[in-house]
Amino acid sequence: MIRHAAFALLMAGASPAMAQDHSMHGMHMPAAAPTATASPPAPDGSAATRSEAGEEPRGTDQPPGSAEAPPVTHDIAAARYFGADAMARAHQAMMEGHGGGTYSQVRFDLAEVQVRQGREGYRWEGLAWIGGDVDRLALRSEGEGRYGGGIEHAEVQVLYRRALDAWWNLEAGVRQDLQPGPRRTHAAVAIEGLARYMWDVRAQAYLSTRGELTGRIEATVDQRLTNRLILRPRVELALSAQDMPDLRTGPGVTEVGLGLRLHALIRPELMPYVGWSWTHKTGRTGRYATAAGEPRAEGAAVIGLATWF
Amino acid sequence: MNSAKMAGLRRRELLAGAGVVALVSALPARAANVTYGELGGEEIVLTIARGTVAMKGGRAQAVTINGTVPGPLLRLREGRRVRITVRNTLDEPTSIHWHGLLVPFQMDGVPGLSFPGIGPGESFTYDFVPRQSGTYWYHSHSGLQEFSGMYGPLVIEPAGGAAQGREHVVVLSDHSFVAPARILRNLKLDPGYYNRNRQTLGGLLAGKDQPAADRLEWARMRMDPTDIADVTGRVLTYLVNGRDPDAPWTGLYTPGEAVTLRLINAGAMTIFNVRIPGLPLQVVAMDGQPVVPVDVDELQLSPGETCDVVIRPGDGAHALVCESVDRSGMAVGMIAPREGLRAPVPALRQRPILTMRDMGMDMGGTGMSHGGGMDMAAMGHSMAMRDGNNAPQVRLGPGVEMIAPMPVDRTGDPGLGLDARYVPAGHRVLTYRDLVSPVPNPDVRPAEREIEVHLTGSMDRYMWSMDGKTMSEAHEPIPLRNGERVRFTLVNDTMMAHPIHLHGHYFELVTGHGERSPRKHTVSVLPGGKVSFDTTAEAGDWAFHCHMFLHMAMGMMRVVQVRPA
Repeated sequence: MIRHAAFALLMAGASPAMAQDHSMHGMHMPAAAPTATASPPAPDGSAATRSEAGEEPRGTDQPPGSAEAPPVTHDIAAARYFGADAMARAHQAMMEGHGGGTYSQVRFDLAEVQVRQGREGYRWEGLAWIGGDVDRLALRSEGEGRYGGGIEHAEVQVLYRRALDAWWNLEAGVRQDLQPGPRRTHAAVAIEGLARYMWDVRAQAYLSTRGELTGRIEATVDQRLTNRLILRPRVELALSAQDMPDLRTGPGVTEVGLGLRLHALIRPELMPYVGWSWTHKTGRTGRYATAAGEPRAEGAAVIGLATWF
Repeated sequence: MNSAKMAGLRRRELLAGAGVVALVSALPARAANVTYGELGGEEIVLTIARGTVAMKGGRAQAVTINGTVPGPLLRLREGRRVRITVRNTLDEPTSIHWHGLLVPFQMDGVPGLSFPGIGPGESFTYDFVPRQSGTYWYHSHSGLQEFSGMYGPLVIEPAGGAAQGREHVVVLSDHSFVAPARILRNLKLDPGYYNRNRQTLGGLLAGKDQPAADRLEWARMRMDPTDIADVTGRVLTYLVNGRDPDAPWTGLYTPGEAVTLRLINAGAMTIFNVRIPGLPLQVVAMDGQPVVPVDVDELQLSPGETCDVVIRPGDGAHALVCESVDRSGMAVGMIAPREGLRAPVPALRQRPILTMRDMGMDMGGTGMSHGGGMDMAAMGHSMAMRDGNNAPQVRLGPGVEMIAPMPVDRTGDPGLGLDARYVPAGHRVLTYRDLVSPVPNPDVRPAEREIEVHLTGSMDRYMWSMDGKTMSEAHEPIPLRNGERVRFTLVNDTMMAHPIHLHGHYFELVTGHGERSPRKHTVSVLPGGKVSFDTTAEAGDWAFHCHMFLHMAMGMMRVVQVRPA
């Protein structure tokens, strides 16, 4: 019970409700931009200065009245010259041509080789989507494995994504685990977006068909050393609401991951990187690993490519 | 650029598109080394076709008018009827809008509003009588054709005859080897795609840009203070009269004479800072309308605006320097007594940094027209960055990242990056407040009512709108009565400047000049700022939009519907 509450709290911490407090409490206000250039005095010395001298305001110096707006009519004025049908078609095209639009993208934030002492592996995290500003269909995949040892974990998610506000999106759909061994199908829900201090955050919750509740939180932030060298720290947290012995996963926080990747920006869609990645299996999950003869904590040098097209 | 080749191309295209083209004989006072021709008379034919622009040693794809970018200079006469036939040889619809011209709405050239557009293989004949004189331009209002080079200059001589003396038409624009649709996609997928001038840790250690505490505060707000321009010199080449800085256009003059430059910003996505180092610019007209002459050293010209300046070059070569507002590149021309003479071109200046004033949160009180200051909080006015109560009409959806809590009148500001932090003391920069009409305005009635329009957007999603809705979402027009005097107040709730253009109307800026207010058709609303103007409604349906072409394409546009009272 306590674990469930803690999990809910963690998820809430990344929710947009919290992030929506954009108020300026304690905001440091730098001195306003000085407005330079003394404007030359009104060269004519007449109309401009008359109003300013306190005389009856004229022209645009007069305040606006409060007349009612006329009703909107639902006709197209040009129809009388070019016909109603031709104008209606063109009008529809004009309306649709200014706003909206459908776009698509395939992207890999991680596509890397992980170099450990004699246990080289690989990892990927990718996303493909199609849609508009508000509604999108997304396909996500992530996984990792070891050369010679096969895939350790792989999953695919199909998600509907909806924009909630200027920064946050809600995702909901299905996740299918593909790795060898016990497979699971989950209902998936996630909140992702841009948090304060420019952190890209994604908090996910999964409910498997066996009733198991798990979650993940990932966050990255870009620190530009120069306009071409971008350091991207990454924090990951995996959670489970219950013990899952067949997956060698215990309850609570199951794994903590830290990464530090240095990207070279060739183009925004082509950023090779090198870095370091470290994972630590905690609590009972760690003990499961030890029992299986695997290390609880593991570091790896990584080399990879962040790309989109 | 090979000018002989271009001249040949121009001649061929002119012959090809001939019909009843009347070529105005080049007046001796005008320079000949522009990339485009000149047309006038009562019958004009413009042929729209795919073509190329020569720049940076290569050829970029373009949509051309009579084979050139810019299209030919149209020289019309006030009060003299003109018939302009536009032939579309493209495989997509096209259109031409006469920017700033007071024409009947069915001649205004907006597909779906003024007329059905010009289909592939079709022609359309515009027929109107110019009711004004001055410097204007024309461009496609279809898709992203304007961004592909489909624009040209238009000058209307006053009914009483052309002014004597040397003059040059100067078309400033931006062109890319990358297709505009691709540029737009890159921005949708990564809104900072073209910004390679961000703040860095290296810069912090070198003491550049914002101090650490300010950077942290801006990061907390999820705002990038270096986000000055969406599309930058990374992907754009900036042109003067169709020529790049490597082979600059040269405007000739005879030593001792005064020269009028008719500046036109035909850029799709570029605000230009225009100056001629060492020479004052005497501003004599803005958006085609005369103003009381005012001497400045620099002026910021937004897309859609035109400005006539008089210079007295004296002797030797002078560089016409037109920096993009984010200082990622420049357009360069030469003003010289003879072809081939070059003046040194100064380096790009320091890239500006946005401030709290650009977020509509300036509580410093800089002597501008806004009062209140700290009292606002006491009055219960929220200083939150996205409080819907500060703009009840705005729909607070995913496309609105900010509601400026305290927007101020910035018509006295010189424009982004031209305040005292960036220019030397004594460097005079034009502001809208400097503009005064030399004659009383034609309609000096008070506005009967006020219409407030919020310019909204989300940089992170690259969404742009008015009142939180794109044009495609808001099918409701803004209704006006014919002949009604009405005030528009534009509030910029974004971190970028938006040049807003109202078709078919002049409006008088509310800048304290009473019945001698400056008359404009396009006005730049600075970030966190607001601008008011009064206008007299003309019958018809009119487009009302941001002249940053991608902002318009994303939906920062409305229809102004004027019906009989």
